[in-house]
Amino acid sequence: MTLASPAAGSATVAPPAVEMRGIVKRFPGVVANDGVNLEVRAGEIHALLGENGAGKTTLMNILYGIYHPDQGEIRIKGRSVTIRSPQDAIRLGIGMIHQHFRLVATHTVAENVVLGLPGHFFLPDRNALPRIQQLSQTYGLEVDPQARIWQLSAGEQQRVEIIKALYRGAEILILDEPTSMLTPRETRELLAILRRMAAEGQTVIFITHKMDEVMAASDRVTVLRQGKAIATLETRQTDERELARLMVGREVLFRLEKTPPQLGPSILRIENLSALNDKGLPALRGISLEVRAGEIVGIAGVAGNGQRELVETLIGLRPASGGRVWLNGREITGAPPRTRIEAGVSCVPGERLTGIVPNMSVADNLILKCYRRPPIARGMLLDSTAIAAHSDRLIAQYAILTPSRRTPIKLLSGGNIQRAVLAREISGHPSLLIAAHPTSGLDIGATEAIWQLLLEQRKSGLAVLLVSEDLEEVLTLSDRVAVMFAGEIVGVMPAGEADLEQIGLMMAGAYRQPVGGAV
Amino acid sequence: MKAPFRIRLERRLHVSRFTQFVTLTLALLLAMLTIGVVFFALGVDPLFAYGRIFTGAFGSAYSLSETVTKSIPLILAGVGLTLAFRARVYNIGAEGQLLIGAIVASGLALNFPDWPAFVLLPAMFIGGFLGGALWAFIPGLLKTRFRVDEVLTTLMLVYVASEAVNYLIYGPWKGPSESGFPITERFSAAAQLPRLFNTRIHYPTLLLGLLVAGLIYLLIERTWLGYEIRVVGENPAAAQFAGISNWKIVLLVLMLSGGLAGLAGVGEVAGIHYRLRNPTGISPGYGFTAILVAWLARLNPLIAVPTAFLLGGLLVGGDAIQIALNLPAATIQIFNGVILFFVIGADIFTQYRIRIER
Repeated sequence: MTLASPAAGSATVAPPAVEMRGIVKRFPGVVANDGVNLEVRAGEIHALLGENGAGKTTLMNILYGIYHPDQGEIRIKGRSVTIRSPQDAIRLGIGMIHQHFRLVATHTVAENVVLGLPGHFFLPDRNALPRIQQLSQTYGLEVDPQARIWQLSAGEQQRVEIIKALYRGAEILILDEPTSMLTPRETRELLAILRRMAAEGQTVIFITHKMDEVMAASDRVTVLRQGKAIATLETRQTDERELARLMVGREVLFRLEKTPPQLGPSILRIENLSALNDKGLPALRGISLEVRAGEIVGIAGVAGNGQRELVETLIGLRPASGGRVWLNGREITGAPPRTRIEAGVSCVPGERLTGIVPNMSVADNLILKCYRRPPIARGMLLDSTAIAAHSDRLIAQYAILTPSRRTPIKLLSGGNIQRAVLAREISGHPSLLIAAHPTSGLDIGATEAIWQLLLEQRKSGLAVLLVSEDLEEVLTLSDRVAVMFAGEIVGVMPAGEADLEQIGLMMAGAYRQPVGGAV
Repeated sequence: MKAPFRIRLERRLHVSRFTQFVTLTLALLLAMLTIGVVFFALGVDPLFAYGRIFTGAFGSAYSLSETVTKSIPLILAGVGLTLAFRARVYNIGAEGQLLIGAIVASGLALNFPDWPAFVLLPAMFIGGFLGGALWAFIPGLLKTRFRVDEVLTTLMLVYVASEAVNYLIYGPWKGPSESGFPITERFSAAAQLPRLFNTRIHYPTLLLGLLVAGLIYLLIERTWLGYEIRVVGENPAAAQFAGISNWKIVLLVLMLSGGLAGLAGVGEVAGIHYRLRNPTGISPGYGFTAILVAWLARLNPLIAVPTAFLLGGLLVGGDAIQIALNLPAATIQIFNGVILFFVIGADIFTQYRIRIER
């Protein structure tokens, strides 16, 4: 419990922008915040670092008035306040961008920005447009104000959320895991925006579990662990190793055992594949790619360049408008999802929720891909003994932390849900695993474990197609990296030879590998 | 912003059976309180009215037998709706599917009066099932092909079915020997279901209902098809991802629930009236009350049997007070509506925790 030392040398004259003292928040069965102190100086970028469940989001939800603390005091600019609701928070100049966006999917960007504000009842688009465009330009938040939310990628939606907060005059901006859905480039741009805002006297608090972001962007960092504030440090005076230790409570070893690939036969072959997006516009323009047994092919790219459509087309949820796909030499281009599953396609989907049925038990979720085959199914009936055995085996084998197999899966932590999904997908002995953003939103420990599992599968001869916006993940795991831009693969290279600058340029569409390169 | 306190909803992580039970009980009590106000406004002592409803429904051997009789169609239609609702397919047109079942059964009974009972009665049940299923297939097709909301289409088809019955009894099927009344000829003996002693309990239909409740329970809980239905209901995206065809499941549950409502219609014409007659005479809204049956049973087909009995009692008791206390005929519909309102409203309290903050 350090904190609250009004800085030794650089004594601040102005009161802190935010002061939270002794914040306690209990939920049934857990103390989410256990006497947390937090001091954020005006005009600084303050990182709130901690693993999932450390209490970061709860603390910020309290500051934003979503939760009411059981104990503790909040001061904004030195003045003691009671924040009863987000409206109160907004009035105090606090804006928050949640990890899961709160936008109305069928409305336009402009309508979302002004939603709930007075004076925008009629023609919200037209009236709000000038100011939205001005904010967009000032901060480089590029987004079409007339587009409808469902048409936007996650990265674009986040920009809308930021504009929304700025439009309401936020001076203290809270961002909850802002980069979890962004590409490296978008991340860099976002961090640049945050720094510019801070330079202009705005205060930024961002929640993260990524140390590199803390190091790259923050002035100070507060580490939370198990509901307690462990330390507040000047970013300049610390390093990733110390932060990781404070955050996890033990030494963290980033040591992945990655042996050279043992390439087997060609498993997935994609030739000239095209598909349309939800708007009916081309999303995939002639993708060609091969994945062999025993290798991980990583697809890097900025969100919204066709990755989602590629995954959906490969698992049969989106029809191909051209081109062909083979699995193990058998054409599956027009096959429905079940045929593909039976042919050996498995998938850990990006949006974690589409992979699970939240209200169903862990056991029922673990049979989602095999409930129609023996031993789970016997004729029309489901064999409950076999289900129990199957799920207990997977829970033990993949170390899924759950009170029991009967627990609704939504009660598990993100890491354990993802373990369960991965366990289920792998347990059917597929020949191809499509891992789409397998670790998005997971903390270090859970990410490490999922990476380890993926590498084990590669070693045992699975062909893995990894789609991720986390470039570090792609480079760490992949044997070959393919870069996607505007629905095309603009380059493929062995991960060992990958040049970060070149990949960055490719992701931005500024460079393209000469045709005829290895595919 | 000067409110002395504010009420906030917090989502419950887990809903216990105890919570469900308490909220349901409270909902029913509140519903009774609300209806009590209606009674009071009508100049009737609410406690007295409730007493009469209870004795009217369960107070004597005769009233009990009537309650069982009225619970038969409620069991069949209600069980079907638990299935549809589990898949989040909101078939609220069981009333129409019931009437179509009655039409098909009547058609068979009137056209083939000489068939032996062991052929004719099963044919009527099978025909009624198919009729109800086909009636529900129409909204199913509209929903799966053109994304038309099934709530609207199933409901609108109730009125079409009702007018079809009217057309038949005023037109082509009007019984020549019924001195001008808009009813069909009486069915031959072969098309009449046996009854228990001198009650109106047409026990073959009752047994069919109990059997169906058990079968649908097994279907939902123990078969992979039921698993698919539950997955589609809980998360259609995950269902698609797992290779389940949402549209097949939607059509299936609509047609099964429609077919079961059709069976209820067969039971009414073959077990009670022995003829096709005016729609409200065949069913005083069994298909709508069945929605309440399914919801009160928390979409569990086995529990739908007792809830059907309870609501059957309400119908019988309601008839009793209408006559005894000279209340308007719509009283019982108000009853059903208010109960459904509170039961569905109570879901908020099972899903969320209410916090009052100052």
